Amino acid sequence: MEHPLLFLVLILDKIGLGEFAHHYPHVLYSWLVMIILILTGWLAAKKVELIPGKLQNVLEVIIDGIESFQVDMMGEEGRRYFPLIASIGLYIFTCNVMGLVPGLLSPTANINTTLSCALVTFCATHYVGVRVHGVKYVKHFMGPLLPLAPLMVPIEIISHLSRVLSLTLRLFGNIMGEDLVLAILMVLAGKFLAPLPMMFLAIFTSFVQAFIFSLLAMLYIGGALHEAH
Amino acid sequence: MKKTTVTMLLTATLVLGLASLALADDTAIKVAGLKVFQWTVTAAGFGIALAAIGTGLAQGMAIRGAVEGTARNPEASGKITVTMIIGLALIESLCIYALVIALILIYAYPMATPIAKMLGLEV
Repeated sequence: MEHPLLFLVLILDKIGLGEFAHHYPHVLYSWLVMIILILTGWLAAKKVELIPGKLQNVLEVIIDGIESFQVDMMGEEGRRYFPLIASIGLYIFTCNVMGLVPGLLSPTANINTTLSCALVTFCATHYVGVRVHGVKYVKHFMGPLLPLAPLMVPIEIISHLSRVLSLTLRLFGNIMGEDLVLAILMVLAGKFLAPLPMMFLAIFTSFVQAFIFSLLAMLYIGGALHEAH
Repeated sequence: MKKTTVTMLLTATLVLGLASLALADDTAIKVAGLKVFQWTVTAAGFGIALAAIGTGLAQGMAIRGAVEGTARNPEASGKITVTMIIGLALIESLCIYALVIALILIYAYPMATPIAKMLGLEV
């Protein structure tokens, strides 16, 4: 879908990088998200005080909320993987919400962005599994009984691969559908602010999708972390 | 489901617009090509309609369960709400898969070029 007004693309057009910008606008906007997140983190961490200021307060609430939720879900040994999951969650949330501002677009409305997030989760899951369990990680794929292993191994492999597919398509489809609805409502009755009620719903969906993605990442990594049953 | 309505609208406009095109120049090949397209679009519309029916029923059941649970044990409402939202998102992803398939069928049907070539249409 061609967005009518993308200011980053227009800026890059002026300085002669228009070709890249027209082909990969989602890459540009995902860099913008990264810059926003890194700047916010840097500004908040620059001077950490015992009596927190406004920015530090807000960020402390967010980070503390994510961390306590993660420890609830994964147990105490899951605290190690907090940076990975929190950054995936915050990145996706910022990406999703960014599509609601005119002149910006959601990088997650492109399937490549969501696929890369899902692949990172998939690789992290198996890296954690191999690092924690070593060779015994194979037991996770063999099911409860050894004679059942030839039956269980293909099923488990397919289920692990389909996790990538479902993580990718869920996020992509949701954000893409949301953007389509907003665009169609804009074309139909943009004068009467028709997309506005949809946008409130979209904020909620954005949050829920980011939440679900990071929650599933927690569950998958937690599953690789614990002993095979 | 708003997505469903939008997709159905798109389908209707596409089918109607192309049907009038087909009447304008009635080459048999072009009509055959359009028929393929018509069926693809119809499949996309009906696919997402069926998916929306199932998703709606499933989400209704999930919400009923959550509401009943909260009514019986109001203290557990926080945990129930979190679980319900997770479940709803997982159920909704089924409808979203159908939406993705419908969008693929309409905008990026992979067999479109081979079929057009087979019929002898210029791509």
